[in-house]
Amino acid sequence: MTMPHGHSIPPGGPMRRLTRFLTRTSGRGDSAQGFGVTDVLAYSYLAFGVLIVLVPVLWTFFTSIKPERQVENFDTRLLPYSQIEEEIAGVGTRDLWIFDDGTGEEQLVFKAGPTRSVTDVATPENPDEVFGVPRETLEPLEEVRVAVENYLDPILKRNGQENFHFATYLFNSVFVTVVATLITLLINAMAGFALSKYRFRGRLTFTILIVATLLIPASIILVSLFFVVWSFGIFGSLWGVIIPAAATPTGVFLLRQYMLTIPDELLEAARMDAASEWRIFWRIIIPLSLPALSVLAILSVIWRWNDFLWPLIVLISDPSAHTLQLGLTQFAGEFNTDFHYILAMTVVTLLPITLVFVWLQRFITTGIATTGLK
Amino acid sequence: MTDQTHALELKQIRKSFGKVDVIHGIDLAIEEGEFVVFVGPSGCGKSTLLRLIAGLDDPTSGDILLQGKRVNGIPAAERGLSMVFQSYALYPHMNVRANLSFGLENMNMPRAEITQRVDDAARLLQIDQLMDRRPGQLSGGQRQRVAIGRAIVREPVIFLFDEPLSNLDAELRLQMRVEISNLHAQLGNTMIYVTHDQVEAMTMADRIVVLRGGRIEQMGKPLDLYNAPANKFVAGFIGAPQMNFLKGSLAGRTVTLDCGLTKEVPLAEEAQGPVTLGVRPEAIEVSLDGAGDAQVKVQNFEQLGAITYIYTAFDNGETLTVQLPRQIPLTRGQSIGIGIDPAHVHLFHGPEERALGMAR
Repeated sequence: MTMPHGHSIPPGGPMRRLTRFLTRTSGRGDSAQGFGVTDVLAYSYLAFGVLIVLVPVLWTFFTSIKPERQVENFDTRLLPYSQIEEEIAGVGTRDLWIFDDGTGEEQLVFKAGPTRSVTDVATPENPDEVFGVPRETLEPLEEVRVAVENYLDPILKRNGQENFHFATYLFNSVFVTVVATLITLLINAMAGFALSKYRFRGRLTFTILIVATLLIPASIILVSLFFVVWSFGIFGSLWGVIIPAAATPTGVFLLRQYMLTIPDELLEAARMDAASEWRIFWRIIIPLSLPALSVLAILSVIWRWNDFLWPLIVLISDPSAHTLQLGLTQFAGEFNTDFHYILAMTVVTLLPITLVFVWLQRFITTGIATTGLK
Repeated sequence: MTDQTHALELKQIRKSFGKVDVIHGIDLAIEEGEFVVFVGPSGCGKSTLLRLIAGLDDPTSGDILLQGKRVNGIPAAERGLSMVFQSYALYPHMNVRANLSFGLENMNMPRAEITQRVDDAARLLQIDQLMDRRPGQLSGGQRQRVAIGRAIVREPVIFLFDEPLSNLDAELRLQMRVEISNLHAQLGNTMIYVTHDQVEAMTMADRIVVLRGGRIEQMGKPLDLYNAPANKFVAGFIGAPQMNFLKGSLAGRTVTLDCGLTKEVPLAEEAQGPVTLGVRPEAIEVSLDGAGDAQVKVQNFEQLGAITYIYTAFDNGETLTVQLPRQIPLTRGQSIGIGIDPAHVHLFHGPEERALGMAR
């Protein structure tokens, strides 16, 4: 196979041979195809796509390991820098600065008073010898340090983070995600089975009605859903989050379309084999729908794990029922927002979903390929 | 006959899909241990009839009686029948053993007995070395055996076969035909077999039911249908190559054919009017020197060694196929004489082209 716009490279010296070896895309030896314009364009396009997806995630990660002060100063350097502190006898713990008097000679100092245009500083060796220097001549003394406290403080409830119940939020999130996904799979599979394999009056109408609800944004039914959940007495409990999410039009439609491809003769063979309809569902339909079920499982896990608005409405009154996504809001206060904690905990909440995705992504691709749906 | 219990009895069965009537009132009784073949062209309702018996569809009206008990409305799962589907319909996600035992598990049979029955069926059908394979890993013939095995293990009251051999190649079809016949002899169960292939019907059936347009055209033993078809449709459908039909008119017992031939036929009663004369290819005698009832032109011929097929035409364009049980020298375009034995002709008459009774 040859690239349409690739060109073969003439033989040359050893360096040229090496370059040709590294840049060839197909073929062998002297007839190899080089790296053409189309290759450059294709790889640029792919790299651009990767960057668009990856940059926000990487930014979140790199910022989450920066110390609090660097985050609050909107320091855009990639690596986590923190100012070195030192215990100074008779004064206490102070940040160290580098003083440059303009001659190129540098001196380690700490601030002995408030920062002004002329700031009082002193050297750690002689803390009592205070002298004034222009503010611009002071540079912070920094080291590269990963701020693990951004992660450990909320998780281990240190440094005033006693109100962040990480274990509770994690449990709630996992519980909601797992239970809601299982119920979603069961209910949607049953609905899909009925709508694809049974003939009854109004089958098409029901299907269209269910699919039509896809057109209604969730925020529109929020108020009515609130009243429904309220009147069922599950407001404020995790079930108030799980139950309303159980039947999704996307899931019903996806499974129905997939089940339509299962031949009716298999079901008839099972009926001849004295199987009840319930048994047909479990032993024939469910195993044969596994690719579509995997897709729905992944989608459901992502939806439930990342869900914020509806859990916020249902669970806001009971902190012990908060999910991780709700827990994150604690760091955003009226006067002060702890971005370093928010970002660190965001990275933590991204981990499980990433692992699920890595593990199940082959099912997604085969599932999407076979169902033709996303 | 009415007080006797049949294995299966259909009474005035009708079936419509929407406004389309598919089955128009069928009455049929099948006895214990019989091998009955439903045969007919596609769209004749034979598969629909089988599905009604199986319980996969419900009749629009009429009664289905299984061993004397009315089973209308009883779901397929509870009728105790088993069926072999045209597409085999093996469960693709289960191995052969699981495919065979699925039906028995549904009946809550003890494990040991399931194993026993499945092993017996596997041995009978020689699929015991395939038990751990999935259907996707089997050849067409092996799938066919597994499908039959799945039907056997249930030990059903009646076996239903829905064109089971139509997906096999010619050689395998012949082999499975013999095996199914042997199976019937061995098991002795009642079997209902649907096919559009009259050869399968002729070779396997105790009794053939010929269907057309949702009606029974004729039923009876294979050779009775062959020798005494009730009408022109059955006469044309049963037998290969097809029976020759020649148009003509009848006066008393004398037929005058459009091709110029005149023949006295041994009719039971004299009749008048336009008729179609039917004669089977093997009932025609040929003479190379032109002697006989009429002269025809050889258009084509096939020498199979033991049999010679000659495709000929009369001067008026009507064709005549001749089957000779010997070899003769022929060339295309040559004129040969043919002789038709009046004892072997059939006459069809009237709007439904019913056969006229013969004195023989």
